[in-house]
Parts: sequence; structure tokens; C-alpha cells
Amino acid sequence: MGSVVQGGVIRGHAHVYPRAHINTDEIIPARYLNTHDHAELAKHAMEDIDPGFVSRVKQGDILVGGEDFGCGSSREHAVWSLRTAGISCVIASNFARIFFRNSLNNGFLSIECAGFADKAKNGDDLEVDLAKGVIRNHTQGTEHIFVALTPFVQEMIAAGGLLPMVAKKRGTVYNPAIAAAKPDVSVAQLKTVRVVS
Amino acid sequence: MARPQTITEKILAAHSDRDTVRPGEIVNARIDLVVCHEITTPPAIRMMAQMGVTKVFDASKIVVTPDHFVPNKDIQTAELTKELRNWVKAQGIARYHELGEHGICHALVPEKGYILPGMTAVCGDSHTTTLGAFGAFASGVGSTDVAAVLTTGELWFRVPETIRFNVTGKLPHGVYSKDLILHIISKIGVDGARYCAMEYHGSAIASMSMEARMTITNMAVEAGGKTGIMEADDITKNYLSARTDETYTVYKSDGDAEYSAVHNIDASALEPVVALPSLPSNGRFIGEVGHVAIDQAYIGSCTNARIEDLRIAARVMKGRRVADGVRCIVVPSTSGVWRQALREGLFEVFAEAGCVVSTATCGACLGGSMGVLGKQEVCISSTNRNFVGRMGHAEALVYLASPATVAASAIAGHIVDPREYLERPLRREKEAGVPVGAVATPEQEEYLWGV
Repeated sequence: MGSVVQGGVIRGHAHVYPRAHINTDEIIPARYLNTHDHAELAKHAMEDIDPGFVSRVKQGDILVGGEDFGCGSSREHAVWSLRTAGISCVIASNFARIFFRNSLNNGFLSIECAGFADKAKNGDDLEVDLAKGVIRNHTQGTEHIFVALTPFVQEMIAAGGLLPMVAKKRGTVYNPAIAAAKPDVSVAQLKTVRVVS
Repeated sequence: MARPQTITEKILAAHSDRDTVRPGEIVNARIDLVVCHEITTPPAIRMMAQMGVTKVFDASKIVVTPDHFVPNKDIQTAELTKELRNWVKAQGIARYHELGEHGICHALVPEKGYILPGMTAVCGDSHTTTLGAFGAFASGVGSTDVAAVLTTGELWFRVPETIRFNVTGKLPHGVYSKDLILHIISKIGVDGARYCAMEYHGSAIASMSMEARMTITNMAVEAGGKTGIMEADDITKNYLSARTDETYTVYKSDGDAEYSAVHNIDASALEPVVALPSLPSNGRFIGEVGHVAIDQAYIGSCTNARIEDLRIAARVMKGRRVADGVRCIVVPSTSGVWRQALREGLFEVFAEAGCVVSTATCGACLGGSMGVLGKQEVCISSTNRNFVGRMGHAEALVYLASPATVAASAIAGHIVDPREYLERPLRREKEAGVPVGAVATPEQEEYLWGV
């Protein structure tokens, strides 16, 4: 799984899509929404905009987009497919609201930095420093300030996302290992899970 | 003196125990209605298990219907709907709508009277904004949000800025609320209302039916909006009184509320609008579209497949035939609309015109089933999105328009002005006092169309 924020720094190579309005139908086409298995979805990430994306992306890489990234449907499948394909965070000029919400709810960073996509090149060595609020492009030797995360979002990211935060408030534990269950999980299986947790 | 507020701010404040809220603030709002379907809810069911949650916060505040891929289009879809159905049973959710009583959720929920003014409503679906036509705060969210709200009954929101749209005048004949919203999106862009509430006022809105209004709020997300919202009025109350006995609170924006922008639009000046591929903001007046031959015409979706939409399409198609080489697919939005259309004889009109009629489903709107497009095929559609790959192949081309324009184009075989097909009954021209061959005055036009 990507999106592990260690020491407040994310470092990876850039995959740049500078076009505005890259939408959820391009990130994960609806023909694959008959499953919510993250590994299955990851095989088709960005398929309709760049069929070679999945084969090139390496664990920890950073996706760089233009304006209004992730517009369109509410499918969280878009975030899951990118994250499970290996992407550690998305940097875009700005984001469509549901994609932005979904990403933060998952503890997966969406970083807003206007115009960054126009300067970054595919393969650039990027570093996102959350504490300092800057993106360093080591390949080009440049630094870019990004839009600061609100305190609420910082709290949610620190907790690992919305669900760990909700579970903590309710005095339960969020156990993502259960995500390994297959999509055809039965009610009986779910009941077993409940007993365990 | 309390800060003057918009309707959106008032509803969010009332649901988070605040007197007032300001744009940019994060609030944790109680949710009155959670709508669930088979795409985004099964992941949420899993997530609840991950949190060790065994019971939803309140089964009476949940509405469930399968809609995206119904009837099940493949084995995996069958597993998703089964997972949803089993969960509904386990949780004791009464408002579940099985195939035959199902519908596209954003059309079904109003039809059943589940959405009321003043409510907060969410669904793991971007077109949840539709419900804002009732003076409710309704917004699309993701599956993680659905899991959180099903667990706690609350959800975090950044209070949105509000953009106000004053729509004056009256839509001309042959021009519909779909044309209006496509026009608005073409003016402000697909991110023109990003993170914002789109609030509508004016005589053109006041004279619209609830169905016409829902087409407008439905497409708020196509401008990036968090919600589309209209104040409840007598038309809202009449629509609801036929469907529910529940009481509700009507909120209205204060006269001096703060708006991040105000747009004034004269509806009388509009013409039919078509959004060219591949953005909903590529709207052009029909006269600027040029000759576009089509392979398919699709009348369906949460945007435009309610009974009024089907009546308009049938009016265009009555006594005519779909052009050779064109497939025309009609997909009523709910089972209730389907039965009503059957009773009114609309299916006979469609069938004789050479259309096919499906059960309610999101279907080909999102490239799911019932009319998925192949490479380089061209479709005119009454739906809401024409993004790359939206209705099928990434090289298919989708044009968005009103049901009237879609129906007329199906007959012509290429994109046309529907007004040529919505002819005035000739005998009434005489009654209206229009000399033969003369152009009717505005007053005479009013009479002729006032059927």
C-alpha cells in the first residue's frame, strides 16, 4: 500500500498529466465498478487516459495533475485504484471536491500546488515535505510552496483517515486487515468478523 | 444581530447545533437521510466491519435501492446487489426498493417523498445534489463517508461559499431546464462552482415543476458544486403533500446573505443547448452545433428520465420513426415512472417509433449496460456527463441535450433543433387569429403553446 507518510515526507518519481479536468471515468472507468477489490481496481488505474500507466508506476511514485483533478463521480474507487497501483500522493493545481474528500478520508494526500504540473516532467524526483509545506523537485533543483492543510485535515491524516478517527472516538479499533476479504464476502463472514473485533 | 445567512448555511448550522456558520468552517452535521446503492455502499459495509461496527446509527433514516447495474449485468454485479440485500435484511432497513419497485436513487427518493425541505442528505453518488431542489442540503460523498455516516449519523463538511443564480423571464417553448443548466455550466465551467453551493432564484425557477427543477440541481456537480439548492415554495409543498404526511422546516436565505458571486440570467433569451464532447461545459446553442450524425440517442438517467421528460420525448416522436441506422433507447428513471408511462400510452409511441424501452437503471449513462458505446460511435444523450469514456469506449463521442432535442435528433438521424418537431397544432393557429403564413405575435404564441 502507498500513502504511508513517514517523518512527514513523501518521496517518489513523477507521473505528469498536466491537462485540466482529468475525471474519475478516466482514472477508473465505470466498466470496472463491478468490484471494489482494490487490487483488481489498481490493474485499471488511468486506463482510459494512459494505458501504460500501471506497468510503469512504481511503489511510492507521485501523480501530478492540472486543474480540477478527479472531477466527475463520487467513486472512491478512483482513490483506491491510484493508491493500490503504487501512487503515494497526488499533486494538482486543485481538486474536484469529492475526489479531494475521498483522498483525505483515506489518509491519502492530495496536495494543491497551482501550476506545478506545467513545470514537472515525467520521472522527476519529487519530495513533499508536509512539515515545511514545500515540494522539492530534486531533478530540477526547485522548491514549490503548496496550499497548507487545514487543522482538521491534518488531524485526519495523522489518524490515518476518517475511519480510524471515527473508530477512536467510539472506543473501537479500525482494522484495515479486514479489507483483505473478497468482494463476495457473505453475511456469515461479516458476522465472524464482528465477533473477532 | 446574527450574521445573515444563506439557506445552505442555515441548514448546516441547524444540524450542527450552531446559531450561524461561515464559509470555510468545518462542521460536523447530523444527517437526516442516507441513500444507498450497490456501487458505493458495499465498500462502506466492509468498512463498518473494519471499525467493529455491527449496527447502523438509525435504520429509519436510510433508503436503499440497487440502480447502477440493474438488473444484474454480470456475476460480480449480482454479488454486489446480494451483499447490499443481505445487509438490508441484517440491519432491518424498511425502505429498501427491490427490482420492480426500484429506481435511480436520485429520482426514486423524491418520488417516494423521502426528501423534505430543511433536511441534510448524503449518498455515495455525485448526483445527490438533485435533492437540493426541495430546499434540502444534499451532497455526494464517497464510500468512507457513507461508512462514517452510517455509523455515527454525522459527517464533516466544509461550509461552502454560495453562488447565487437569479434566473428571470420564462423559458421559451422548446427550451427546458436542461438547456438552462447546460447554458449555466457553459458560462461558469466544469469547475466554476468548485466546493460551492449553487443557489437558484427568480421567476423562471418559480414557474418550473419540481421535475424540471431537479434537472438543474442534479447537474450542480457538473460545475464542481457541493450542492445545488432552491427554496421550497408552494410547488414544492404540493409535490410533497401528494407523497408524505411528514412535517418539515422551510429555510430561506436572508435578503442580505453573503454570496461569493451572483449571476443574472434571462431565461427568455435561451435556445436549446447541446454540450459537445467531452465536457459538460461545452454547451452551444443549437444553431452553432452544425451537422452531427448520430449512432445512438439515449433518453435516461437521474437528470432527465422522469415522467415529464418521457412525455416531451413522446410528443416529439408521436407518429414518426427513428431514422435508419440510429438506435434509440428509452430508460425511465424509476419503476413508478415506468408504470405511469405505460398507463399514458407513451411506450406505444416509443415502440411504434422504433425505440427500445428498458427498466429503470443508470445503465448506459455511465457506460454500465443497456446501450454502451463502441469506438468512435456518436450518441446524443439526455444524461449529465460526456467525459471521455463515460458511456463506453474512450473514443466514443457523447453530446448532452434535453429529452426533446434527443428525441428529435433520433428522428432526424443527426442533431437537430427540437422546436421544428414540436409543431403547433395548425387548427389552433386560426383560433389564435394568426393569418396564414404570418408569424405569430408573442401573445398568439403564448396561446398556441398553452395546451
